[in-house]
Amino acid sequence: MLSYTLRRLAFAVPTLLAISFIVFAILDLAPNDPTGSLPLTIPPEVRADIRRQLGLDQPMPVRYLKWCVQFFWNEPLALLERWTGVSLGAAEGRLRVISWSTRAPVLDLIVERLPQTLWVIGMSYVIGVLIALPIGVISAYRQYSWFDQLGTFVSMVGYSVPTFFTGLLLIVAFSIKLQWLPSVYDTGHRVTDWDSFWFQVRQMLMPVAVLALYNAAQISRFLRASMLDNMDQDYVRTARAKGLRERAVVWVHVLRNSLIPVVTVIALGFPQALGGAVITEQIFRINGIGQLLIQGVYSADIPLVQTLTFLFAVMIVLFNLVADLLYAVLDPRVRYD
Amino acid sequence: MRLETILASAAALSIAATGAQAERGADGQLNLLYWQAASILNPYLSGGTKDLEAASLILDPLANYDEAGNMVPVLVTEIPTIENGGVSEDLTTITWTLRDDILWSDGTPLTAEDVKFSAEYCMHPDGGCNSAAKFTDVESVEAVDVQTVRITFSVPKPFPYGPLVGAMSPVIQRAQFADCLGEKATACTEANFNPIGTGPFRVTEFKANDVVTLEANPNYRDPDKPAFATVVFKGGGDAASAARAVLETGEFDYAWNLQVEPEILDAMAAAGKGTVVSSFGPAVERLVVNLSDPDPSLGEARSTVAHPHPFLTDPAVTRALSLAIDRQILVDAGYGSAGKVTCNILPAPEMMVSTANDWCMTPDVDEANRLLDEAGWVRGADGVREKDGVRLSILFVSSVNSVRQGTQALVKQMWQAIGVETELRSIDASVFFGSDPSSPDTIQKFYADIEMYTNTFDGTDPEKYMANWQCGEIPSPENQWVGSNIPRFCSEQYDALVAEMGKTASLEERAALARRMNDLLIAAGAFIPLVHRGDVSAHAASIRGVRMNSWDSELWNVEDWTRAQ
Repeated sequence: MLSYTLRRLAFAVPTLLAISFIVFAILDLAPNDPTGSLPLTIPPEVRADIRRQLGLDQPMPVRYLKWCVQFFWNEPLALLERWTGVSLGAAEGRLRVISWSTRAPVLDLIVERLPQTLWVIGMSYVIGVLIALPIGVISAYRQYSWFDQLGTFVSMVGYSVPTFFTGLLLIVAFSIKLQWLPSVYDTGHRVTDWDSFWFQVRQMLMPVAVLALYNAAQISRFLRASMLDNMDQDYVRTARAKGLRERAVVWVHVLRNSLIPVVTVIALGFPQALGGAVITEQIFRINGIGQLLIQGVYSADIPLVQTLTFLFAVMIVLFNLVADLLYAVLDPRVRYD
Repeated sequence: MRLETILASAAALSIAATGAQAERGADGQLNLLYWQAASILNPYLSGGTKDLEAASLILDPLANYDEAGNMVPVLVTEIPTIENGGVSEDLTTITWTLRDDILWSDGTPLTAEDVKFSAEYCMHPDGGCNSAAKFTDVESVEAVDVQTVRITFSVPKPFPYGPLVGAMSPVIQRAQFADCLGEKATACTEANFNPIGTGPFRVTEFKANDVVTLEANPNYRDPDKPAFATVVFKGGGDAASAARAVLETGEFDYAWNLQVEPEILDAMAAAGKGTVVSSFGPAVERLVVNLSDPDPSLGEARSTVAHPHPFLTDPAVTRALSLAIDRQILVDAGYGSAGKVTCNILPAPEMMVSTANDWCMTPDVDEANRLLDEAGWVRGADGVREKDGVRLSILFVSSVNSVRQGTQALVKQMWQAIGVETELRSIDASVFFGSDPSSPDTIQKFYADIEMYTNTFDGTDPEKYMANWQCGEIPSPENQWVGSNIPRFCSEQYDALVAEMGKTASLEERAALARRMNDLLIAAGAFIPLVHRGDVSAHAASIRGVRMNSWDSELWNVEDWTRAQ
């Protein structure tokens, strides 16, 4: 298993390099411009100077190589220095990946934003899974019952209604009409006591609910289908025949086997959920990773967009590996060596 | 209600009524919502207006513009003029005298060296400073003594108030930015995120592209101000939801730049929690007319002066196009209180406004048709006019923006009534307004017949703005499409007026020159002005002292804002 993991990681390196180059090339071909949102009163000569100062006058391969050096060598060194406090020398000469709109290192921006994204998206994912499990199991066990019909209806709604619509609906209902919940997420809020904790819960409630509904809908459908596949298997009949209680049959035998494909779906879905939360973050002004990406795109902040997109790619590759490994853990028949 | 509370509130009311300033920080927190978040607090490196507005809470220029466009001294004792000896007779030097009681927020005094340094910072050729144009022709900036700064220009400057006036070029602290000159400007993240200023607030935490938290500057020059102890400058989302957060949910005190359809904004304002405010600067939404031929078959010579436009160079056509447009409909549909009908490219300040073009105020389709008939443009079988095989068919481009697309559709209909065919296109703003010379879709390349966007100028002096349309400013392949004369208008008479304005100091004469230039542009059909655009923001009903300003930062007088109890 270890050698398999290492082999997969080694294979990931060229894949990721190719991805980074493709992303860079696409961004380079995109016709937007970092001086585009400056006031029109700024004359073209000054704009040309700004572009030169950002290094945009250099040819594309040179800029790509610079980014590679900055991202794969200088940034890890900077991180190492920060964590260990040890100076590795010549830090002055090592250029980090600098965002154009903020003139700050891109990774610092990402590190600053990760907490709120992970809290909201992670929480909604966990809650989504927790809701999906019982719905999926009961829907499959009592197929075509009223519970199954209701579950199917709710998950179809959750699946097909886009999050930007449910989000606005909740804001109109709970922020404008009822005025119970804040519509703008306060990223500077710190939890220090019960009152501030309660505020945190209230401001997270709507975004988490919107995303959890979407995730739960997806996962419960997969689980239901997987449970139905397993329900008629021979081992289930055997388990019943040897006198196991129905609860043990369903929740231990069938569920465990049905979870194998679902776990991969959950693992593969996580990076997508992070990227897909862009819209929800925008609506509730959570200002996490997704909103950072959007703002980067709007202001043509190419280093920022490049780095973020690449990190998403890294996560997808990693979570693919995690899903494959989990598969082997859950299913003893699967062996990679 | 108990008697004490009644008495107490009556007392509070009487204090408010007499206008007695409460002490510094008495009004708690001010919540500002900018749907474009601040990316950086150093205005010289900013990528948009939102950064300038955020920075104006912290940094001060030598002088500001008030809401009427008048200059107000901020860090100086008075505005230098020829009369008070501050500006030399030959118009080449201006001498500013700093107030002696100004401290930076770290407690050190402001000196002339800081002012001198601010100019050097922006004028450094490798700094990428976006206000560099404000320092055009500056020969030297000297600190004469601790309180006196003298700026010398290489040519006579009838309007010498470019450098260090207004939110775009404030004074930054020399001690903080000394190591950030030129190429090192980007490396100074700490200074760019937490500039030390002389303004009413100082940064406590800056999260780039998200939120700025500030507190009252303990060393602010007026001991009673600002009334707010802390400010939260939150960013993100979109204009409509920002308006909602002030007008409907009341979560925020101020929302900026609410470019929202007027009917939606009116409905929100009806909730009564806040007030929509607008102000008018010199911004005009205009149709820019391509006087050169954008025909793709011309290849490299496309949209260059070598090939005049087949029909837009005919003044009868552009006049008919202008007459056919009912501008009031455009204002009502897209702008509401944020727009007024205009026929001028220079709609403000008041004394600069020409009345020669007011014929366009009232639409007249019959007259437009008559003009076209007279000029020999006859309707073909499909209702589109043509002459000598040239059809009046227009490619009309603008940036992606729902108001602009609405306007485009309306104009298309209005032009249909006079036998003009229109094809509409919209291009993403970051491409359209970008200056990437390899992109075919920029406003400078102008591969279309008509473009629509807003242009304006900083401050109240239109000299630079009017100089945009000299012959030498025409973008072309030779100058990598760098140039601000987008319509490719060229007239010796106009260039002579620009040169004359560069030598004229009297305000009345300058206004007369500006009006004549405006009229020349309109008569040649280089522009079809549509809407004089205002800025729209909203503030909570409890906030007092907002003086909406289009000539400077909207937060220019934030130190005077208070919260009514």
